[in-house]
Amino acid sequence: MSYQPIKFYQTGTFTVGNRLLAPDERSVQANMQRTNSLNSGHRACQGCGEALGARYAIDAAMNATRNQLIAANATGCLEVFSTPYPETSWQIPWIHSLFGNTAAVATGIAAALKVKGRRDVRVIAQGGDGGTTDIGFGCLSGMFERNDDVLFICYDNEAYMNTGVQRSSATPPAARTATTMAVGREPGNVFGQGKNLPLIAMAHFIPYVATATVAELRDLEAKVRRAMEIRGARYIHIFVPCPLGWGHEAHDTIRISRLAKETGLFPVFEAEHGEVTSVSKIRRQLPVEEYLRPQKRFAHLFGEAPRLDTIAHIQAYADRNIRRFGLVEEGAL
Amino acid sequence: MVTGAEMLSVAAFLQGRHAQAFPSFGSERTGAPVVAFCRIDDREIRLREPIMEPDALIIQDPTLLHQVEVFSGLKPGDGYILINTSRSFDELGIGEFVSGFRPERLRTVPATELAVKHVGRPLPNAALLGGFAAVTGLLDLASVAAAIRDKFPGRVGEGNVAAATAAYEIVKQEMKEAALHAQAD
Amino acid sequence: MLKQIEGSLGVAKAVALCRPEVICAYPISPQTHIVEDLGEMVKSGALAPCEFINVESEFSAMSVAIGASAVGARAYTATASQGLLYMVEAMFNAAGLGLPVVMTVANRAIGAPINIWNDHSDAMSQRDCGWIQLFAETNQEALDLHIQAFRLGEELSLPVMVCMDGFILTHAYERLDLPGQAQVDDYLPRYEPRQVLDPREPVSIGAMVGPEAFTEVRYLAHAKQMQALELIPRHEAEFRAIFGRDSGGLVREYRTADATTIVVALGSVLGTIKDTVDEMRSQGHRIGVLGICSFRPFPLADVRRVLHPAQRVVVIEKSLAVGIGGILSANVRMALSGVQLHGYTVIAGLGGRPITRKSLHKLFREAERDELQPLTFLDLDWNIVNRVLEREKRERRSGPIAETILRDVGVVAARVA
Repeated sequence: MSYQPIKFYQTGTFTVGNRLLAPDERSVQANMQRTNSLNSGHRACQGCGEALGARYAIDAAMNATRNQLIAANATGCLEVFSTPYPETSWQIPWIHSLFGNTAAVATGIAAALKVKGRRDVRVIAQGGDGGTTDIGFGCLSGMFERNDDVLFICYDNEAYMNTGVQRSSATPPAARTATTMAVGREPGNVFGQGKNLPLIAMAHFIPYVATATVAELRDLEAKVRRAMEIRGARYIHIFVPCPLGWGHEAHDTIRISRLAKETGLFPVFEAEHGEVTSVSKIRRQLPVEEYLRPQKRFAHLFGEAPRLDTIAHIQAYADRNIRRFGLVEEGAL
Repeated sequence: MVTGAEMLSVAAFLQGRHAQAFPSFGSERTGAPVVAFCRIDDREIRLREPIMEPDALIIQDPTLLHQVEVFSGLKPGDGYILINTSRSFDELGIGEFVSGFRPERLRTVPATELAVKHVGRPLPNAALLGGFAAVTGLLDLASVAAAIRDKFPGRVGEGNVAAATAAYEIVKQEMKEAALHAQAD
Repeated sequence: MLKQIEGSLGVAKAVALCRPEVICAYPISPQTHIVEDLGEMVKSGALAPCEFINVESEFSAMSVAIGASAVGARAYTATASQGLLYMVEAMFNAAGLGLPVVMTVANRAIGAPINIWNDHSDAMSQRDCGWIQLFAETNQEALDLHIQAFRLGEELSLPVMVCMDGFILTHAYERLDLPGQAQVDDYLPRYEPRQVLDPREPVSIGAMVGPEAFTEVRYLAHAKQMQALELIPRHEAEFRAIFGRDSGGLVREYRTADATTIVVALGSVLGTIKDTVDEMRSQGHRIGVLGICSFRPFPLADVRRVLHPAQRVVVIEKSLAVGIGGILSANVRMALSGVQLHGYTVIAGLGGRPITRKSLHKLFREAERDELQPLTFLDLDWNIVNRVLEREKRERRSGPIAETILRDVGVVAARVA
């Protein structure tokens, strides 16, 4: 009798509780003792990918550190919606200083903890793509270079969302934003070389770099847990859709994240000291259209006069990622 | 040169005096002319302007003599000039310029050569200090030696002290001979 | 203990005695010797426990200090000029959050044109950001003010800037009385923060505040600085009792009692001014000096008390508010509201131009005769200025100002003063 292998790839994503899994394999969110670090009552939009990612990531970090955690937050959506005056949703010690200095503030926190002999307390710095890849880049690189004991988490929704959806260096080519409007000869964001923060982090040879999406939340938790086992500079880049800024349905956040991975546009991997150590393979490769079509920020590529050349150009990016990271398994459909 | 002024101030301090040493307020790149200043007094020194009218001048690099206004403000009657050279004031082309000065206050000393001999490096600061102590009588050799050792520990310090002592003795000897010579006239 | 050392080293030793826990710095002339000295102390273990962090920019330096202070660590950094400007956003942040960071500013001119020498434009550019600003007259005072700064800042939960003239003080060797560890410990207690990031008691720091409460928050910041007006003299007295000398305080008067002319200034130029005033006093002139140590908060009452009996006040300042005139003098004028006396603003020493007794003698005599303009630029070379203005009238493409002036002035190195 021959057996056909069937891949279970639904478990661990749609099913948060996972009664079928052993307790220690379940999501932290399934645990009644979870800290709810980012507590309910914050003002995030319906379907906000960042709120979802932050909740999972910080709770996982708290779990991994026995609740000994301090977080520094950049200015941005997360900071604004989590601390609407006069309330705060944070159940952990938390500081917001400026837009571009989060990594440096975290460096200072880590140094102070070290001097005070509180080795058990760990530090997270977090912000959006703007505060990471643009204005926060200098401080981030400095923190990486010094190998300060900080985990920096970037919630990448590919634009400056809080100020009204302006383009950042993380905005993908062809995407419409308020400063890269869908008009003219090359509508939407221009095709540049891009700025790949995970690769830049790897170029600093820091102990741990990982990417994750909010479609695979337990994978995200595992990566945060792994990161907290390591001392030194660590970086996790999380793909978080923004329904408002990207123009997709609020209930599609997780689906859009999955499409980003399955098209190859967002490689999911881990690296240590500059070398890729694991890659999350694409289960069933999809053409980039499937990812682009549900988002109004790419609407100008479709319709009566579709921009097939642009779509092909984007497909080429995806193909390059697949090749470079080995994202497609031999024999996959 | 900056180090020289600093050591000078330390030597004065060791003799219980107040001293203020500071670099010039001009460009400080390697190769550019550098001036350093030192004030010595028995009371607290409050003045912060560059020294406009020096009582004494130590010239570490005689090639500057004709390029920069080195003598600006120096009091002709009472001024001290100590030049790092093995040539004379006349040979340097400033003999006539210093004709109004008191001759026993005009001294040369081959500080660079002494430094090479005793320290192995052409850095004349310490030797110049020894010469300065001799010509002015403002500092005693012991304080100069202590200031040198404070700045340069170990063998380097001892070498510099030796250079300073040699310079001190050379200048003292020349001053004695000059005085005898003057007497004889 | 008396030592003959560089001003920078004196400051470094004083900071070290204050038991700082996190020192972060980015190099910039003329502060470099201070942080180098501290770096060496940490690396050799002489200063421990202490983390010394080489940051990649001044913006980062202040940010690291913010993070460290928020965890309850005593944090210190140093900068000057362009570096100070680069960290401005973070400076407002530190003040607004109420974090008692102490920072040395080795006063240096701000470009363009780039200039590494001393004036007060850097500190003045940040006079309103909420930091306490103390100006040292001598290297002894600079050293002492750092000890006082940690105490004052921590008591008020406000950051403190200690200003000392770049090169003039930082790079001068002079006799300094270094305190002992026991004395400093006596004066400066452990840092007990009003707010602290600690998993044992989580708090959120740095929330947004809207129109409903922003005014109140800003008023409180101002009120706290005003509290310093009372604390500073009290701390000065305590300092005198423990260390045996006068240092700091709000203002310092010199021969002002019967003076008809009083000169006001900040920083090291006060020494030269006092020497000039002594010479003039010996010739019968009734002239005195008011040194201001605490520039922020500005001691309006004390300034008024000292100046109002005089006939005229001459403010000599190493700063210029382009478009209006003096900065220190404007602050002094505020103290004299309603008081009738002649006020003269003298802009001097910009970009490191020496202020000489010779020029001061001439200036003070002109002031006494009330022959001064309300605004004077001391030792300004009108030939240079007029040449530039003429060139600009003649041709549109008149060239970069700094370069054309330098060509006119000639070789810089040849000039000593």
